[in-house]
Amino acid sequence: MNITIRDVEHVAGLARLEFTESEKGQFAQQLSAILAYADKLGELDTTDVEPTSHVLPVTNVMREDQVRGSVSNETALLNAPDEEDGQFKVPAVLE
Amino acid sequence: MALFDKRLQDVHNELAAGKLSAAELTDASFKRIAETDGKIGAFLTLNEESARARAAGLDRDAGAEKGLLHALPAGIKDNIVTKGLRTTCASQFLSNYNPIYDSTAASKLRDAGAVTIGKLNMDEFAMGGSNENSSFHPVRNPWNTDYVPGGSSGGSAASVAAGQVYFALGSDTGGSIRQPASYCGVVGLKPTYGLVSRFGLVAFASSLDAIGPLTKNVEDSAYVLQAIAGHDGMDSTSANVAIPDYVSALTGDVKGLRIGVPKEYMGQGIDPKVKEAVLAALKVYEGLGATWEEVSLPHTEYAVATYYLLASSEASSNLARFDGVRYGVRADNPDNLIDLYRKSRSQGFGDEVKRRIMLGTYALSSGYYDAYYLKAQKVRTLIKRDFDQAFENFDLLLGPTAPTPAFRIGEQIGDPLTMYLNDIVTIPVSLAGVPAISVPCGFADGLPVGLQLIGKAFDEATVLRAAHAFEQHTDHHKARPQL
Repeated sequence: MNITIRDVEHVAGLARLEFTESEKGQFAQQLSAILAYADKLGELDTTDVEPTSHVLPVTNVMREDQVRGSVSNETALLNAPDEEDGQFKVPAVLE
Repeated sequence: MALFDKRLQDVHNELAAGKLSAAELTDASFKRIAETDGKIGAFLTLNEESARARAAGLDRDAGAEKGLLHALPAGIKDNIVTKGLRTTCASQFLSNYNPIYDSTAASKLRDAGAVTIGKLNMDEFAMGGSNENSSFHPVRNPWNTDYVPGGSSGGSAASVAAGQVYFALGSDTGGSIRQPASYCGVVGLKPTYGLVSRFGLVAFASSLDAIGPLTKNVEDSAYVLQAIAGHDGMDSTSANVAIPDYVSALTGDVKGLRIGVPKEYMGQGIDPKVKEAVLAALKVYEGLGATWEEVSLPHTEYAVATYYLLASSEASSNLARFDGVRYGVRADNPDNLIDLYRKSRSQGFGDEVKRRIMLGTYALSSGYYDAYYLKAQKVRTLIKRDFDQAFENFDLLLGPTAPTPAFRIGEQIGDPLTMYLNDIVTIPVSLAGVPAISVPCGFADGLPVGLQLIGKAFDEATVLRAAHAFEQHTDHHKARPQL
């Protein structure tokens, strides 16, 4: 699999990352090498094999719907980079 | 004999007899850190004031019931959150993060009486096998400070090896407890997936992550596991199984134990000196009345590729939460909200973390999901079946923990794929979700070599029993680095 600079830019956009031109070149090269190695999996016929998403036989885990305590508004904001009126503050979403 | 080389039961007897105090143990830990950490860099944050106050409290309440880990100085890997004690995951992104809650593992240590000495260095967000990816400073191997300690729990392994703490907690996703334990000459246990709650473990790859102990010997490993294992309502992937008495499982008896040696773990790429140490260990087991035979885990060669696709995919999703809004370091002067995310993430994450987020995002992206992510999940099933089949005939599988001893700092950092291949014998075990321990089994060119014992799901008792029996008849675990 050959990863191009355009692929890197597309994936970076999805991942909310940005790179310099030289970083893009480096990532294209390293990701191509890693994916070329991963292409090895194509040697195996997995037509009738179920995917493993979880190694334990656990399905939905339920609990009683009981009211419990929670963290206070003040505590929840202790690590906030910016806050106002008890809420996390971010730049305007709409112009 | 150094204080931390004493057996746990002896330490507790001395405490009970008033010959030793929690304050002295805590003091010994900080003193040793002051003497040695400039050379190895195991710690990111020290908890000195709180630890001393807690030790004084334990001494004051001398009449109170003693926990399993009473007064023992503990180090905790910095991706396991500790209330009020900075937790960074060795990332600049979280350099100012002060958790508002305790992880279940940390609170269980506290309930068992342990004293948290501080937070241990690691590869950023647990991504790496050399600790060179810490965004603060690398950790150095106590046996030779020009060499890596392994990773990602390199701070945990190096700290125990250097005698800075009585024991440490680490986390293992593809080998991150076992491989550094092997490189640093200590005991590292990765429990069965789900045995130890991950509530409060900063998630890397949720289908693989496990918390476990790093200790000087197997007995300590059994004690720490006893303290942290068990079902937790706060972690819906936590297993609801009965927890046996791990310490009383250490009978020293392995007569009749059937050991399988995967031929893929002893073949190409394994350093001859590592192989020699593993074969010598098999002789020890033979002498104790165990039997062994070669076995095949035919899909081993596909494990590394499977792992990097699955773990990176899960990481790309898990690390989406780091956006500079609720916690962490926010970038200055963003143009808008999207730019805030982009700039904060690009400035906050290091190269290896970005590389894995990019790989994972690509593997999950439209058009590639079936070819990469789904394919890898199917191959994971084949790898798991290899283990299921082997365990029909064997009680335990045995091999090296890593193909080589530790390598030099800087030697592999420019070549991610070579670095990934160091995990070739730990990764399949993680994909199968079964428990495994690394115990010291010798030296190659002055650097420790680890023996890996792999058990059936939730059969930590057999893994610990076999590891302990080996230790009783060898002296490798007694060697200490000169610092």
